[in-house]
Amino acid sequence: MAGVWPRHRSINWRGLWARAMLWDALLLQLGYNATLVAIGATLLGIAAGVTGTFLFLRKRALVSDAVSHATLPGVGLAFILMVALGGDGRNLIGLLAGSALSATAGLMCLSWLTRRTRLAEDAAIGAVLSVFFGFGIVLLTVIQTMGSGRQAGLEGFLLGSTAGMLFSDAMIIAIGGALTLAVILLLRRPMTLVAFDPEFAVSRGVPVHRVDLAMMGLVMAVTVVGLKIVGLILIVALLIIPPVAARFWSERSDRVVLLAGVFGGLSGYVGAAISASAPNLPTGPIIVLVGFALFAVSLLLAPGRGVLAAVLRHMRFQRRVHLRQGLLALAQGQPIYERLTLRLLRRAGLARADGVATDEGRARAAKALRDERRWEIVRGDLAHEAAAALYDGLRDIETVLTRDQIAEIDRRIGGPKGVGA
Amino acid sequence: MTLELATAQGQTLTDSGIETSPLAIRGLTVSYGQKPAVFSVDMTVQPGAMTAIIGPNGAGKSTLLKAALGIVKPLSGQVQVFGQPLEQQRARIAYVPQRASIDWDFPTRVIDVVLMGLYRELGLLRRIRGGHRKRAMECLARVGMQDFAKRQIGQLSGGQQQRVFLARALAQAADIYLLDEPFAGVDAATEKAIISVLKSLRAEGKTVVVVHHDLATVADYFDNVFLINTRKIAEGPVAEAFTADTLQAAYGGRLATAQVDQLARALG
Repeated sequence: MAGVWPRHRSINWRGLWARAMLWDALLLQLGYNATLVAIGATLLGIAAGVTGTFLFLRKRALVSDAVSHATLPGVGLAFILMVALGGDGRNLIGLLAGSALSATAGLMCLSWLTRRTRLAEDAAIGAVLSVFFGFGIVLLTVIQTMGSGRQAGLEGFLLGSTAGMLFSDAMIIAIGGALTLAVILLLRRPMTLVAFDPEFAVSRGVPVHRVDLAMMGLVMAVTVVGLKIVGLILIVALLIIPPVAARFWSERSDRVVLLAGVFGGLSGYVGAAISASAPNLPTGPIIVLVGFALFAVSLLLAPGRGVLAAVLRHMRFQRRVHLRQGLLALAQGQPIYERLTLRLLRRAGLARADGVATDEGRARAAKALRDERRWEIVRGDLAHEAAAALYDGLRDIETVLTRDQIAEIDRRIGGPKGVGA
Repeated sequence: MTLELATAQGQTLTDSGIETSPLAIRGLTVSYGQKPAVFSVDMTVQPGAMTAIIGPNGAGKSTLLKAALGIVKPLSGQVQVFGQPLEQQRARIAYVPQRASIDWDFPTRVIDVVLMGLYRELGLLRRIRGGHRKRAMECLARVGMQDFAKRQIGQLSGGQQQRVFLARALAQAADIYLLDEPFAGVDAATEKAIISVLKSLRAEGKTVVVVHHDLATVADYFDNVFLINTRKIAEGPVAEAFTADTLQAAYGGRLATAQVDQLARALG
C-alpha cells in the first residue's frame, strides 16, 4: 500500500479540473453565455462550411478574404453615424448593416476591377483587401480619439469577442445561418454547374454572373454574421478549412458540401467549448485551430486522398511491381538482380535464396507470363475496353474477366502451350 | 415576326431558310479587344444533317459556336434557333465544350456529370430519382461508358472524358447538338464511338454541328461544311463547298499545295 500512495498524491489537480471543465463545456453545462456562444459558433460553422464549399469549388476562396476585410470601414462608419444621430454606437444590428454595405462596396470594386480592367483577380483581391482594411483601421483610430460614445468593443470585430454575447446576438447568427442554408439548398444545382463547367452552364441558360453574385452574397452574409464570434480576420479560415478538409473524404460534390457543414459545425462547437473551459482563451482563434486539427487529420488519414493512404498505396504498388517483375523474370529464366525483388519472392515462398524458383514459383511465373499474353489481347480489343482500362501490368486477369471470357481469349492465343493454368 | 436587319451582304433576316433552320446566324461579329475573331458571318444550318465547321487555327470556329450559344457576347448580329430567339429555345440545344476548359479534379463522378444534363428539367428543387439515373445510364451506354459510372472523372482517359460529355448532351434530349472539337486528342475507339452516336442522332432527325480540324475525315463524316477564316468562306454540301478552291481560300498559305491536291483527289 505504501508504495502506491505517493503516486496518487502526484495527481495533477489542475489538469483534472481543466478536463472536467471541458467536459462540462462540451455538454453545455458552463452557464448561459458559454451555451449561447457554443450554439452560435456551431450554426456559424455549419453555414460557413457549406457556403465555403461552393466558393472553394469555384476556385475563388480568397475572394472571401477581400469581402471580410471590406467589412471594417462599414463597422466604423456605422458607429460614427449612430453616435452622431444620438444613439448607442454599439447597436449590433446597425454595425452589421454597416459592415454588409461596405462589404458590398468592396465586392463591387473587386468585380469591376476583374471584369472591366486587365487586373487579374488575385491582384484585385490584394488591392481591395488592403485599401478597405486600411481605411477601416483609420476609422477605428479616429473613433478611439473621439471620446464620444462607448467605443470599447469595436476592435472585437477584428478577432471576434464573445464575452458579452447576448441572446439577440445568437438569434442573429441563427437566423442568418438558416437563411444562408435555405438559399444554398435552392441554388445548389446552378452553383455546382457554374463551378464545374461555366460555359456549359451558360449554354443551359444559367445566368452565371448572377449565380456568382449570389454566391458572393452568401459569403458576405456568413462573414457579417460571423463578425461577433470569429471576427473578420479569421472568418476566411472558417469558410475555407472545412471544405478543404471535407474534400479529402469524398469524390462527390454533394457529400463534400455536407461534410464541410459537419466539419464547420464541429469546429465551432468544440472550439467554443474549449475556449469556455479556461479563462482567457479567445473563442475565434480556438475555433480556427480546431478546424485546422480536423484538416490535419483529414490530410493524413483520409482513405484515398490522404497522405498516409498515398504512401501505403505507393509502397504496396511498389511491392506488387517487384513481385510481378520477379515472376516474369523467373518465367523467362532471367537472373534477378534487385534485392527487394528477391526478398519479396523468397518471403512469398516463390524462390530460394539463390534466386532459383520453387515449384509454386514456377507455376505462378508461368501464370504471370500467360496473363501478359491475355492482357495483350484484352487491350487490343474494343469489346473489352472497360477491363482494359484497369490494366496496370500487375492485375490477375481473372479479377476483371469471367472464366468464359478468359477461355475465349485463350482460344485466340491458340490454347495453352505446355503451360499449366 | 419580320426582322429587317441589314447584314454585310445586304441580306435581311427574312431570307430563305431562316424560319425553318435549326440554327441561323446573321451578320455575327465577335471581337476580343479590337481584333474581330468572327466578322459579319451568316450561317444557315440545315436540319437533320451533320455540318462541320472548318478553318485554320484562330479562324473563329469555336468563337462562332460560343457566340451561337450566347457564351461570348457578340458585337453585332443575330442568332435564331428554329426561327426564334436563342433564349426561348435553350432547351433544344445541347453543347459539348472543349475538354481543356474543365477542372478534372472536381469532386464529381461520371454519372453525376451526365445527370447535370438533366438539371434544367429537374429545376432547382426536384429530387433526382431512379428514373433519372436510369436515363443517365442509358446515355452512358450509348457512348459505351456505362461501366465507368461510379468513377471520378479525373480517372478517365481523354477520350473517355469526351464521351462522358457527349452522354451529358444526350441526356438533354435536345434537337441540335453543337460539339467543339470532340475529336481533338482522342483515341480511335472514342472517335469511332462518337461518330456512330452522331450518325444515329442524324438518323433520328436531329441536327449536328461540329467544330472539326481533321480535313481527311470531312467527306466521310459530314453532309455539309462551313468554311470560315474570320469571314465566311463557303457553306453548303461537302461536294460543292469543300473543294480545293475553297480550302485554298480558307487556309491560304497555311495548307501545303500538296495537301490540297491530295484532298481534292480524295474528294474526286
